[in-house]
Amino acid sequence: MEQQATLHASDEHFDPVGAKIGMWLFIFTEILLFGALFIVYTVYRYRHPVEFHLAHQELNVTIGFINTVILLISSATVAMSITALQTGDKKKTQLFLMLTLVLAFAFLVNKYFEWGAKFHHGIYPGSDFLLNLSHGDILFFGLYFFMTGLHALHIIVGIVFLLWALVRVNQGRVHKDKYVFLENGGLYWHLVDLIWIFLFPLFYLIH
Amino acid sequence: MNEHKTHISSYGSHLLVLLILITLTVVTVAITSVQLGAFNTTAAMIIASTKAAIVLLYFMHLKFDDKIFRFMVTLVLAIYAVVIVITFFDYLYR
Repeated sequence: MEQQATLHASDEHFDPVGAKIGMWLFIFTEILLFGALFIVYTVYRYRHPVEFHLAHQELNVTIGFINTVILLISSATVAMSITALQTGDKKKTQLFLMLTLVLAFAFLVNKYFEWGAKFHHGIYPGSDFLLNLSHGDILFFGLYFFMTGLHALHIIVGIVFLLWALVRVNQGRVHKDKYVFLENGGLYWHLVDLIWIFLFPLFYLIH
Repeated sequence: MNEHKTHISSYGSHLLVLLILITLTVVTVAITSVQLGAFNTTAAMIIASTKAAIVLLYFMHLKFDDKIFRFMVTLVLAIYAVVIVITFFDYLYR
């Protein structure tokens, strides 16, 4: 309790560089988590090149492309919200953050329709249709659902993180001279974008 | 505390970075329909890595931040690269 009191009482222990290093360390664990999954993907694709190529044709490149662009734009808007806050423009900070949240939500809506269409065709983990396909197909769709699902989970966490940052901006607790919380939220959001940058060509664009 | 001034990226620079990233995305989709054999996957990965580097340097601000961040990220990526090399050596020559 005493610790919390001092935190609120003054900002003398406020250390933005330390806070950012902490965020980066967390990001490294995420990179290694997805990195391991990418290695698993590569090995299975190497073993089942034909099945992976055929199975990927089930995926909708257009939706994948739209979602890629949505995430790229949202990364830019969150970066712009930090620029706005650094220049002391609270209104624009809020605007850009809300725009980012809308885009994040749009990504999830797309994902919902995309997955919905797969489920409709009987393609979901453990479905009878899928289990009758070859080993390579099962692996492809297993990895597809697991990796894009895990990524979607990160989108949801990112939405919560940025929503929290928005609330703190509204309250004036994150402001021009103390914005590392928003910076860290931005870093997390860019990480989500970073992962998708690799997921998109690997799942949607197999030649 | 922090003596050196913080770098503030302009809206214009973020917009420019965004346009480059979207262009690269269009290129990577377009290149899929071109017959390049094994180079298709390589090209897709080169483009994805370029996009990732741009996001890391500009959006994630590594280009302008303290050197310690760039050092840490490079170190982690190097470790990941080593893991990849060891895994595939083991896998291919087992």
